[in-house]
Amino acid sequence: MRLTAKILKKPITSALIAIVCGFLVAAVVLAAAGYNPWQAFGALFSGMFARPKYVSNVLIKAAPIILTGLSVAFAYKTSLFNIGAEGQYIVSAIVVTLLGIRLNLPAPLLIPVLLAAGMLAGGIWGGLVGLLKAKYGIHEVITSIMLNWIAFYLSNYIVNLPAFHQPDSTGTYPIRESGYIMLLPNWKRSPQGMAALSRIPWLREVMMRTDVNFGILIAVFMAVLVGFVLYRTAKGFELRAVGFNRDAAQFAGIDVGRSLLGSMLISGALSGLAGCVAIMGAAPHNISTLAAFENNGFNGLSVAFIAGGSPVGCIFAGLLFGGFLYGGQTVQADVGAPSEIINIMMGTIVFFMALSKLISTLADRLAKGSALHAE
Amino acid sequence: MKKMKKFLAVVLTLGLLASAAACSSPSGESSAAPSSGGASQASSAPSSGGQKTADFKAAMVTDTGGVNDQSFNQSSWEGLQSLQKETGAKVRYLESKQASDYATNLDKLADDENNLIWGIGYAMAGAIGNAAKQNPDLQYAIVDNGYDPKTMPSNVAGVMFRAQEPSFLVGYIAGRVTKTNKVGFVGGQTSAIIDQFQYGYQAGVDWAAKELNKKISVSVQYAESFSDSAKGKAIASKMFSDGCDIVFHAAGGVGVGVIQAAKEANKYAIGVDRDQAYLAPKNVLTSAMKLAGRAVEMVSKDAMDGKKVGGKTYEFGLKEKAVGLPENNPNLPKEVYDDAIKLQQKIIDNEIVPPYNKDTYGKFKA
Amino acid sequence: MQISEKYAVQMRGIVKTFGSLRALDHVDLDVRKGTIHALLGENGAGKSTLMNILYGLYQADGGEIYRNGKRVRIKGPNDAIRLGIGMVHQHFMLVENFTVAENVILGREVTNSLGVLDMKRAREDVRRIVEKYGFQVDLDAKIEDISVGMQQRVEILKALYRGVDVLILDEPTAVLTPQETNDLIGIMRNLAAGGKTIILITHKLKEIKQSSDACTIIRRGKLIDTVNPQTVDEETLAAKMVGHPVRLVVEKTPAQPKDAVFEIDRLSVRDKRGLPAVKDLSLKIHRGEIFGIAGVDGNGQNELVEAITCLTRAESGTIKINGEEIQNTTPQNVIRHKISTIPSDRQRHGLVLDFSCEQNTILEKYRSSPFSRRGVLQNGKIAAYAEKLIRDYDVRPSTCALQPARGLSGGNQQKLIIAREISNEPDLLIAVQPTRGLDVGAIEYVHKMLVHERDAGKAVLLISLELDEVLSVSDTVAVLYGGSILGTFRQDQADEKTIGLLMAGGKQHAVNG
Repeated sequence: MRLTAKILKKPITSALIAIVCGFLVAAVVLAAAGYNPWQAFGALFSGMFARPKYVSNVLIKAAPIILTGLSVAFAYKTSLFNIGAEGQYIVSAIVVTLLGIRLNLPAPLLIPVLLAAGMLAGGIWGGLVGLLKAKYGIHEVITSIMLNWIAFYLSNYIVNLPAFHQPDSTGTYPIRESGYIMLLPNWKRSPQGMAALSRIPWLREVMMRTDVNFGILIAVFMAVLVGFVLYRTAKGFELRAVGFNRDAAQFAGIDVGRSLLGSMLISGALSGLAGCVAIMGAAPHNISTLAAFENNGFNGLSVAFIAGGSPVGCIFAGLLFGGFLYGGQTVQADVGAPSEIINIMMGTIVFFMALSKLISTLADRLAKGSALHAE
Repeated sequence: MKKMKKFLAVVLTLGLLASAAACSSPSGESSAAPSSGGASQASSAPSSGGQKTADFKAAMVTDTGGVNDQSFNQSSWEGLQSLQKETGAKVRYLESKQASDYATNLDKLADDENNLIWGIGYAMAGAIGNAAKQNPDLQYAIVDNGYDPKTMPSNVAGVMFRAQEPSFLVGYIAGRVTKTNKVGFVGGQTSAIIDQFQYGYQAGVDWAAKELNKKISVSVQYAESFSDSAKGKAIASKMFSDGCDIVFHAAGGVGVGVIQAAKEANKYAIGVDRDQAYLAPKNVLTSAMKLAGRAVEMVSKDAMDGKKVGGKTYEFGLKEKAVGLPENNPNLPKEVYDDAIKLQQKIIDNEIVPPYNKDTYGKFKA
Repeated sequence: MQISEKYAVQMRGIVKTFGSLRALDHVDLDVRKGTIHALLGENGAGKSTLMNILYGLYQADGGEIYRNGKRVRIKGPNDAIRLGIGMVHQHFMLVENFTVAENVILGREVTNSLGVLDMKRAREDVRRIVEKYGFQVDLDAKIEDISVGMQQRVEILKALYRGVDVLILDEPTAVLTPQETNDLIGIMRNLAAGGKTIILITHKLKEIKQSSDACTIIRRGKLIDTVNPQTVDEETLAAKMVGHPVRLVVEKTPAQPKDAVFEIDRLSVRDKRGLPAVKDLSLKIHRGEIFGIAGVDGNGQNELVEAITCLTRAESGTIKINGEEIQNTTPQNVIRHKISTIPSDRQRHGLVLDFSCEQNTILEKYRSSPFSRRGVLQNGKIAAYAEKLIRDYDVRPSTCALQPARGLSGGNQQKLIIAREISNEPDLLIAVQPTRGLDVGAIEYVHKMLVHERDAGKAVLLISLELDEVLSVSDTVAVLYGGSILGTFRQDQADEKTIGLLMAGGKQHAVNG
C-alpha cells in the first residue's frame, strides 16, 4: 500500500496514468463511433514507427513543439503563464523568412544570423509581455493573447507583401538554401552521396525522403541547457525563487521586475528558436497565409503541462505530441476515423494531467488508509 | 486556456461523432450523377469499367482548409467517393493542418502504393512537384494549378477550371437583375485563379449592359484573405450602402460574410464553387459552381483506364459540365435563367470566349 | 462526565485527521451553561479545529456532539446557528461602508408585510441587545470609521442578533489594546450573567485567569486536562500547555547602549491606498540596545518596516544606517548596508516554502562567492553552509537540509529565518512579530536570540503587537499610534497602564526616555 502510494506520487506516474486514460477514452469514443480501437491504435503506432522515415518525421515534427514546450515550462517556473508562445513563434518565423529570403550569405554565416534573429524576435515579443508585467502589473495572459493576434495578422500582412509573396501561391518565397539546417542537404543529392546512401537502405530512406535536420538536436540541447540554467545557476535560483514566492524574493533583495522581464525574454527566445527550426529545418521553408493559428505555441502549453514543467520531461512530452500529430493522420487514412479522435486523446491526456492532483490525493488516502490499518 | 480548448474539442467531437453515427449513409450524393463526358483531352475515353479497377488506388491530400471546408477540398473528396462507388477503386484522404504537412502527407500516401495522388489547391504545387520527383513511378495531379514543366516532372497533371465561364454567366445574370445598375465583386487573394472570376464576371455584366443598352458599373475589391469573413462582411456592406444591389464573391470563407451582409441589407449575393443558396435562401441569387469533385473523378478515371495523365494541364469548363449554374434558382426570373442557358450554349460552342485576365478582358471589350 | 442538560455543549471522542496528521485524537469537552470556558493550547494544538467542528466548518472523522444533552449533527454553519451556536473569527466579515446596524441585520433583514425592509424595527431589536449586555457602540457609525475593537463587538452583536446562545470567540484579544481587552472581558461577563455560554480560544494565560470559569487544555490534538483557572497559577497552565516547565520571564542583564547606529528622521510614508500611514516619525537606535515598538495592528507598523526595507517609497524624511541614507533605494541596498529583517509573515516574506531549507539559507547571498561562481551554484559549499546553520541554530529535524521548508513547523521555520538573518552579521536586526504563532518554547528561544544579538553589540528593532513581549524584551519602549510615536520609555519606566492608554491614542503623560 505504502509503496503504491509512493509510486503514485511520482510525477512520471501521473503522466503515464494520464496517457493510459487518454487511450482508454479514445478507445471508447472510437468504439462508439463504430471504429475498431485496436486497429486505430495499430495504425497510430505504425504511422509513427513502421518505417525509419516515419520516426524521422516524428522527430522533425517534435522539435519545434519541444522548444515551445520548454518556453512555456521556463516561464512557468517564474510563475508566468506564457500563452504567448504562439505569437513568439510566429514573429520569429516572419523574421527568419524575411531575412532568409533577403540576406545573401553563405551557410556558416546565414544560419547563425537567422537563429539569432529568430530568437531575438521571439525574445522581444516575449520581453514586451514581461516588461508590461514588471512595470505596470498588466497580466501576462492578456498581453500575450493580444500579441498573438498581432503576430497573426502581421504574418498575414507580410505574406501578402508583393516583395515576398510568391505569385499564385498562398505563401512567401522560401528562404535561401544556405539557411537550411537539414543534415547535409547538398551532399545527399550529389552522386557521391547517393552512392554512399544506396548501401544503407534505411538511412537512404531517412535522408532522402524526409527533411532530416538539426532541430531535434537543438531541442534536446536546449532542454538540457534550460534544466541546467534553472537548477544549477544563480540566475535560475533567482527565477525560481520569484516563481515560488514573489514577496519573499523581493524581501530577500531580488529584483523581481528584472526577473520577470528576463524570464519572458528567455521564454520568448525559446519559442523564437522553435520558429527558426520549423522554417529552416523543413519544407516548405516559408510562411504562408494563416487561416487559424497553427498551434505550434499552444501545443507547447500542452507539452509543458504533460511534462509537469520539467525541461527534460518536455523532450518526451514533445515526442509524444509530435508522434500523435504525425501518426494521427495515419489513423484517418487507414481506419477512416477522423483525426479529431487524436485530438480527443491528447485532450484527455492533458485533462488527466490536470487531475494529477487528484491522483496524489488518492495516494494520500492510500497512505492514510494503511496507516489506520497499522494502528 | 489550452485545457479548455482541448476539453471543448472533446465535447464537440463527441457531439459530431454522435451525429455522424446517426446518419449511416455515406455522403457524396452531390456528385452521384454518372459522368457523361470526359475531360477535353480525353473525351473519347470509354466510360468506367477498365480491367484494373479493383486494385486501383487513389488518394488525396487536402490543403489546410481540411476535408469539411464546404469548398473544393470537400468537393474533391466527394468526387473520389463517387469514383469508389462506381468503380470499386480504393480511395482515401489525408488532412493537412499546416503547410509543412503537405510534404509528409504526400510521402505517406506514396508509401501506401496509391496509383494516383491528388493535391488539392495551388498552395501544394511545390510539394506535389517534389513528391513526383521522388516517386517517378506514381502519378500525381493537382487541382487549381496548371502543369509547369519547369517545376514539375512529367508524372504530374494540372487541373484547371475555366472559372471565367460560370463567372460570365453570373455576371450576365447580375447585369440583367440589377435595378441600381451597380454591382460588386469581392475577391479573396489576388491571383491568376481569382482573376478568372473577376474578369469573367465583368465581361458577363458588360454583355447584359449591351443587351439592355445601358451602363452598369462593377466595383471590385479584394479582401486579401480567404478566411476573414468579418472583412468580407464589411466590404460587402459598404458596397450595398454605396448602391450595389448584387455582389458576387470569389473568396472562400470571406464569402460567408458577403452572403451575411446581403441577408442583413436584404440585397443579393452570388455564391461560388458550390450552390451556396443554403447559406441565405432568400438572398443568394445564384452561384458560379466549380465542381472540383467532377474534375477529380474524371481525371482519376482516365488514370484508372491506364492512360498517362501527367505532363499536361486538364482544363474543365462548361463543356465538361465541371462548372456551371445550379439547376434551381428560386430567386431568379425564369426568362433570365433561360437567357443565361442560351449564353452557356454559345460558350460551349466557342461563339463566346469569356476573358480570364486583364489582357483578355481588354481584348474582349474591344 | 454524564451527558446532561446542564451542559450547553458536550463533545465526546472527537477525532480529526488531515492527511497524515492527526489533528484531534479522541477529545472530550464539557461546557456548562452560562459560563466562560477557555480552550488553551499552543498554535496547532487543535483548539481551533475542535471549534471549527463544533461550528460545522469541518466534519469530525469520529465522535459525538451533544447540545443541551441531546445528540446533534452539525453539517455546516447553518446547522450550528440553528442550534444556537455562533462563532466570531479572527478575521471579521463586515461590509466596510455599511453602518453597524446594517451589518448586524445583514442576512437576517426584517421586512414588513409588503416585503420592504423595516429598518426601524430591526434597529430597535439591535438596540435592545446593545443595552442589555452593555456594548458601547454607535449603531449608525460606518464600519470603516470605527476601531478594530468596535468591529469585533459588531461581530459579536451579529451572532447575538441571530439568537445564538453559545458564542465561540477565536483569539479575540489578538487585535485589541489592553484596555479594549478589559472591555471585552466585561462584555463577556455580562453575556455569561445573562445566560449565554462563551467558549474562548486563546493562548494567553493572563486573560484566562481574568475571565474564565473553566479551562480545557489541549496539546498536540490530545485532551490534557480541564482545570479551574482561578485556583491554578500561570506557570502550571503554561507547563500543561507546553508539556514541560517553562520560564515566563525573559532573562537579561541591563542594557549597555553605545553609539547610535540607526536613525530615522521625520519619516512619512503613505499606505497602498495613498493615505498617510507613517507621519513625521523619528527614532534613534544604539548598538547594544533593543528598541521595542508597541502598538495595535494597523497603526503604521507595516509601512514603517516596508519603508526601512525599501519595499515602499518614503514620502519624506531620512533613514540612516551608520550615517548613510538608505531611504528609497532597493531591498538589495538595504541588505548590503547590514540591515537584516525577520519579517512578520514568515511564510509570505521570510521563506520560499517550496525551496529546500538549504536553498532558503542562501536566499540573500546566492549570487556571491562562495555560493556561486561565474553564475553557477556551488552545491557543495551551499550544503556545508546550510548544514552548519541548521546545526548551530538547532533547526529540527536536523536532516531537513534537502526537504522543502514547507514541511518545517512554524517555530523551526522561524529558526531558519533567524539563522539566515543573524548569520548576515547585521548592524541592525529588525524583528517584526518574531514570535507570532510560535509555541512557548520557541518564543523563549527567539527572545534569547534577540538578547544575544544585543549583547553582541548589535542594534535590535523589535516591532510587536504583543505588549507583553515588547515590555519584557525591550530596553527602550516606544508606542506607535496613528503612524506617530506617542511616547518613548526606558524599560524600567514603562508601565502597562500608561502604554496601554497611549496605544489607544490617549494623551502622553510620560517624559521621553
